[in-house]
Amino acid sequence: MEKVEHKEHLINYGTYVLIWLSLISLTVLTVAVAGVDLKKIALFVALFIAAIKSTLVILYFMHIKFDDAIFKVFFFVALATLASIFILTSFDVFFR
Amino acid sequence: MENIENNIIEKKELHTEIVAHLAEPHQHKDAIASKMGMWLFLFTELLLFGGLFLLYMAYRLQYSQDFVIAAQDLNIVLGTTNTIFLLTSSLTMALSIAAIQRGKKVLSITLLVSTIGFALAFMVVKYFEWTAKFHHGIAPGAQELMNKPNGEIIFYGMYFSMTGLHALHVIVGAIILVFMLVFLLRNKITKYDYIKLENAGLYWHLVDLIWIFLFPLFYLIH
Repeated sequence: MEKVEHKEHLINYGTYVLIWLSLISLTVLTVAVAGVDLKKIALFVALFIAAIKSTLVILYFMHIKFDDAIFKVFFFVALATLASIFILTSFDVFFR
Repeated sequence: MENIENNIIEKKELHTEIVAHLAEPHQHKDAIASKMGMWLFLFTELLLFGGLFLLYMAYRLQYSQDFVIAAQDLNIVLGTTNTIFLLTSSLTMALSIAAIQRGKKVLSITLLVSTIGFALAFMVVKYFEWTAKFHHGIAPGAQELMNKPNGEIIFYGMYFSMTGLHALHVIVGAIILVFMLVFLLRNKITKYDYIKLENAGLYWHLVDLIWIFLFPLFYLIH
């Protein structure tokens, strides 16, 4: 049997727990902020917090941060595709 | 003449060798390629939900007032509880992989079982949430909902389809994790070969990722 490559980066248990604590704190923050009347920017604040949370999940839990460069390229291509679809559609929706 | 005969015999031997080799159980594995395939699949999932989020954006701009009114009926406490359940399940999932990487089978199994437990807890909360909505006449196609303004009907249409599709992913994810549990118990997933568990973990984190956006967009509108 072929030997399995073992250059895999091992992440400490503690790092994961720390990420989890940050995610929970950000959830509490987003719920608390939702109670405050922020008018127009409320949606952007909520989306900003969600973006930080998803960045933590992708970088650490899905360990994109420690993966080969090709995975990072993959991910950015997918993200850029999604972003351009959103931006182009929003031009249509906003200026109709 | 003898030369040609020898040549033919050699070729025949080579042929039998190749056939024998192909018949062997395939032992070669490529963890990187395996993970790459999983990521490609996850991108299709991202686009599937992306399309729904796009629709949400367009409707929210068109019916922003109705969306605010309709969202008041959603239970923030239940939504937050479910968010915490999913985030914690993501933690136990990541820890389960970290444990098997270090060869700690029992710890890995314990953490995987708790991940499945949190998935079930999520679905139980979802069940109570939806049945409460149904009792108040808010269900897809229900007469009481249809009498509301257009924007509110659309809000609940999006709510049921998006959180419904997400819940389906939670169920599928939980089933995949049960398979992983069996693999762990039968030593099909080990310290030296844990790519199955890693890929299942990636799927599970994606389910968490989508909920991170669903939660503020449906529950936290004021």
